Amino acid sequence: MIETEHLQKKYGELEAVKDLSFKVDSGQIWGLLGPNAAGKTTTMRILTGFLPATSGRASVAGYNVFEQAEEVKKEIGYLPETVPLYPEMTVEGYLSFVAEIKRVPKAKRKSAIDRAVEITGLPSVRKRLVKNISRGYRQRLGLAQALIHNPKVIILDEPTIGLDPAQIVEIRQLIKSLRGEHTIMLSTHILAEVTQVCDGVVIINEGKLMAAGRLEELTSAYREKDGVYLKLKKADNEVLNLFRQLPGIDGAAQEGEEIRLEWDRNTDRREEVIKFCLDKQLGLLEMRSLALTIEELYLRIVSGGVEQ
Amino acid sequence: MKAIWSIVKKEFLSYFSSPIAYIVIFTFLLLSGFFFYSLVSWFNSVTIQLAQNPYYYQQININQMAFSPFFHNLSIVLLLMLPLLSMRLFSEEKKMGTEELLFTSPLSVTQIITGKYLASLLILLIMLVLSAIPAAFTFIYGNPELVPFLLGYLGLFLLGAAFLGIGIFWSSITENQIVSAVLTFGTLLLFWVLSWVSYSVHGLWQSVLNYLSFFEHFDSLTKGIFDTTDLVYYLSFAFFGLFLTHSVIQSRRWR
Repeated sequence: MIETEHLQKKYGELEAVKDLSFKVDSGQIWGLLGPNAAGKTTTMRILTGFLPATSGRASVAGYNVFEQAEEVKKEIGYLPETVPLYPEMTVEGYLSFVAEIKRVPKAKRKSAIDRAVEITGLPSVRKRLVKNISRGYRQRLGLAQALIHNPKVIILDEPTIGLDPAQIVEIRQLIKSLRGEHTIMLSTHILAEVTQVCDGVVIINEGKLMAAGRLEELTSAYREKDGVYLKLKKADNEVLNLFRQLPGIDGAAQEGEEIRLEWDRNTDRREEVIKFCLDKQLGLLEMRSLALTIEELYLRIVSGGVEQ
Repeated sequence: MKAIWSIVKKEFLSYFSSPIAYIVIFTFLLLSGFFFYSLVSWFNSVTIQLAQNPYYYQQININQMAFSPFFHNLSIVLLLMLPLLSMRLFSEEKKMGTEELLFTSPLSVTQIITGKYLASLLILLIMLVLSAIPAAFTFIYGNPELVPFLLGYLGLFLLGAAFLGIGIFWSSITENQIVSAVLTFGTLLLFWVLSWVSYSVHGLWQSVLNYLSFFEHFDSLTKGIFDTTDLVYYLSFAFFGLFLTHSVIQSRRWR
């Protein structure tokens, strides 16, 4: 649904995006992840047709972004980083204007506005002036304008920036509810957002693609060891040594109140570990798997400079 | 066409949702009313004095004595006021970030520029029509010639259209409305007085400078002389402004 090939964008001497290729399947939510100034906004502006690329190819909903710009613009909903609102309009008036310029036929305009207002939870502020509604509502209105023409693809640039924690949760729920019907790409530098919302991720740094793929594929590809964290009633060096003698365990270490056990990626030692704890009466309270978190993945990819 | 209309509607309404349009129209009408009153009352007193002499009485013409200077005065007021109407057209969109919405919608740059320009022309039209109301009374109580009067207003409209064309160009350059207004004002004034130096140059340059000057073309229209060169001059000025705006917007996005 969204595809780029060797995308490059230069601002004069500065190369903001270098040789970027990735692909997002239909109906999924993908995150565009990277530190500040990584080229996320530039990439999104190219996809939406706001900026042309210096070289390379990009297609959205089957249309070439550069050659069939008008077709692409009909199929795309875009929430830029600064929500593009006209303060002097009412919420309803604003949505009606956006519907008009997004070529929603006149007969369907009213129902399109109703639908967008309903999905984004704006009914209570519908008649109010945009300048008088709160930050959270403005962000929702930004989302409402992005989906008013029921586009196949929605591009969201930092949709939760500047919101309070409760609003962040609401906006994420809202985005998740759009999965399936729409293909969504959102940029963020909040890692938790990716794990909670996205199916896949494109990680870029300094304009270069660092990794791209479905979350589980990426985390398993970058994981070297499997293992568990254990919480025991009794945890001291003696216990650690007991674990180290266990066959198949490559490492045991104390991490805070927990013990971290590691073993080879292709085996599963969990059952044995539990049995061992019960036999030795170590007082097993908790056990969780050592899955690679997105934070670890991100740090490994971005700071380590590892390329897939 | 429908797409252009949505932009016209939005721009027109947003002029009236800020004080700008009200203040510009109000000030323009205040000044035009004052000029009209002072010229017509001056004309009256002159007429009474000249009424004794049948030869001079024949020469009295309200079109030349009151309307022509009236149009000249209004043209200066337009020069001062119209930069304030055009300054926000693109500058504001840029500052608010709403240009990303406009330029990622399935509208062409030409449609967006045309829509915005037409909306500003509409305000100009309102200003001119309202300013003509006092003059309408002279047609009820006297018998001025209609055609030169209408040509004068046509001249004002064309002049204003050219001003707004230059204004929209400067507003596409900067996100600061004041900068946009000042640059527009400077450009307009320069083109206004261009013919002043034509006395010190000769030959081709003299005719080029005279041709480019706003003043020269406006003068003949206020005298009731309609020449298609004047029409072409103003329309090409306006079109040139819009063309430059288009180039600026395209080039910024392609840079």
